[in-house]
Amino acid sequence: MSVSLVLLIVMAVLYACGIYLMLERSMTRVLLGFLLVGNATNLLIIIMAGQSGVAPIVEDGVTVDEMTDPLPQALILTAIVITFAVSAFLLALIYRSWRIEQDDDVDDDEDDVAMRLGDTGVPVEQTDAASVDTEFGIRAEAAITEARNLEEQDELAAAEAAGLSEHPQNDDKQNVDNQKTEKGAAE
Amino acid sequence: MNALVPLVVLIPLLGAALALILGRRPALQRIVTVLVLAAVLVVGVILLIVVDTGEPLVVEVGGWAAPYGIVLIVDRLAALMVVVSAAVLLAVLVFSVGQGLADGHDETPVSIYYPTYLILATGVFNAFIAGDLFNLYVGFEILLVSSYVLITLGGTQARIRAGVTYIVVSLVSSMFFLASIAMIYGAVGTVNIAQISTRMAEIPADVQILLHVMLLVGFSIKAAVFPLSFWLPDSYPTAPAPVTAVFAGLLTKVGVYSIIRTETVIFPGPELNPALMVVALLTMVVGVLGAVAQADIKRLLSFTLVSHIGFMILGVSLGSAEGTAAAIYYIVHHIVVQTTLFLATGLIERQGGSTSINKLGGLLAASPVIAILFFIPALNLGGIPPFSGFIGKLALFEASAAQGSVLAYILIGAGALVSLLTLYALVRVWNLAFWRGADEVEGYQSELLTNLSEAPHGVKVKKSRTTPRLMIASTGAMVALGVALTVFAGPLYSIASRAGENLEGPSFYVDIVFPNGVPEIGSEGSE
Repeated sequence: MSVSLVLLIVMAVLYACGIYLMLERSMTRVLLGFLLVGNATNLLIIIMAGQSGVAPIVEDGVTVDEMTDPLPQALILTAIVITFAVSAFLLALIYRSWRIEQDDDVDDDEDDVAMRLGDTGVPVEQTDAASVDTEFGIRAEAAITEARNLEEQDELAAAEAAGLSEHPQNDDKQNVDNQKTEKGAAE
Repeated sequence: MNALVPLVVLIPLLGAALALILGRRPALQRIVTVLVLAAVLVVGVILLIVVDTGEPLVVEVGGWAAPYGIVLIVDRLAALMVVVSAAVLLAVLVFSVGQGLADGHDETPVSIYYPTYLILATGVFNAFIAGDLFNLYVGFEILLVSSYVLITLGGTQARIRAGVTYIVVSLVSSMFFLASIAMIYGAVGTVNIAQISTRMAEIPADVQILLHVMLLVGFSIKAAVFPLSFWLPDSYPTAPAPVTAVFAGLLTKVGVYSIIRTETVIFPGPELNPALMVVALLTMVVGVLGAVAQADIKRLLSFTLVSHIGFMILGVSLGSAEGTAAAIYYIVHHIVVQTTLFLATGLIERQGGSTSINKLGGLLAASPVIAILFFIPALNLGGIPPFSGFIGKLALFEASAAQGSVLAYILIGAGALVSLLTLYALVRVWNLAFWRGADEVEGYQSELLTNLSEAPHGVKVKKSRTTPRLMIASTGAMVALGVALTVFAGPLYSIASRAGENLEGPSFYVDIVFPNGVPEIGSEGSE
């Protein structure tokens, strides 16, 4: 089995960069890392298909040895679709995390931190703001009251922009977009 | 009877579509979901009877013959796993229906919960009956993607934090799995498990070890085998109670199931068995030591889950028919008991308003029913005779003793110690949450509570006076199922040991896929 050196090097670089990014705390970088690793794995499957050749369609004058192996391509298609779905889900998760906390970093587990610090005290009562139930439907709105209000911000920006320039309609459009995505997230 | 095999996957998949369409009619959606899982349970039981009394069933999807098309295989192991999973999924579903009804989801229903739950079931069943490595991967992905949705359900801050850990770790394990499929394809030119098994023997030993380890790492992350188990206690406890219950019961066991297939069919050789035994030892000991240090019941149970995965790996690592049979019985026992304990914890959470043993008290007086529903599975998990935990552990120890190496005897000792420590952790929960009075909770001083630490901002749940009958009933049914594992231990164990015999060496599995011998055409794929 012969292997294309270029593909092999590209795969190695993709794996290296992808794994580096996946070790980051920022979820956006983790997503990018996942995309790179996913593509590196797809390349690996292609490499494992062996020598490339003509399309695997049975016709006169083409022997089996000249054809490309079609199965890995089917496997890659499936893998691409799965990667795509997972990335979409991760993006939604990043957006949600940003709405709640204004950042997309992954925090340490509270219990682990307590264990490490040997903090054996009786738990402190929680403040209301942190424990608002965001579990379902309409109540989800309650959880993000302390999040940055996008509309207000846009209005502020629009007011500022109106003072400086003559393009308020752009900001209006952005407002509508934000409302749309927010609706999507709530659902 | 072959027609029944694809139904195991198709019924929940189509049911999920129907449930999604019925998103605006919650009552109808619940009925559909319950009926769908009940139907799968019936199909599963029929399959188990057919397969146990007769021949294993092999379905070539779309009529394409074995090495070219996808095969679905139901042998005794797969049928047994399908039945147990369907029963557990159904019980947990009824539990969550009860919880949803009580908490008033009628006004604000999570319309995607039931469809996602059914897709999770689809993935689990697909993984069990897959006869093709890539189909197994697809089954895993189906169940993982729906588990991502379920673990972040509601999208609170804590759940997103926990969910991200879980998702990223699962992605890494999937990539390991996919990369090892690619490399196995490169080495043997097929993804059909039976054909891989016959061709793998011709591959150089060092390449075999590499592929073997790659595959095991991917599965071990999913099965939460030490040192790849760190993610589990971090991520499981924050999900809603029914979700945690079904994750704890089923998802890790799909990983263990895949490890069994790997060790018995794809790489039946004993090369890695000693390594697996060491890993089993570490999983048992480290897991239970984590459990002893936890104050939160859900985290404690997550650690015992990790610890008991070690018992199953022990059974697999023995490489004998008795060991595999004991592991299979133990998986069945553990799916049922671990799920029951998480459901009972869900009830404790409702009744006591917390899952921390620092804060709970007086539950025996408040709700004797919950006390019983927690106590029986707790003893069961700890391995007190005559419960199924004792039978499973006894079988594992006997199989280890039969193998007779020094390592096997060390594992027997460690297993006994781990059982005692599990019992200690669970009885402490019982003592503090149920036995001590509610008035003693303030300023309680006890040896039991020293060295316990937990997050200062623990999850707070609204206390509720009433516990819905449906939740009690489904937990009760699970407890009864756990007891039935003892009552019917004879027939069940004989199924498990026949399954174990079938899995001794790959020849049985290869013969059912290729009754007329393995075809040699098509081998030019990768050369």
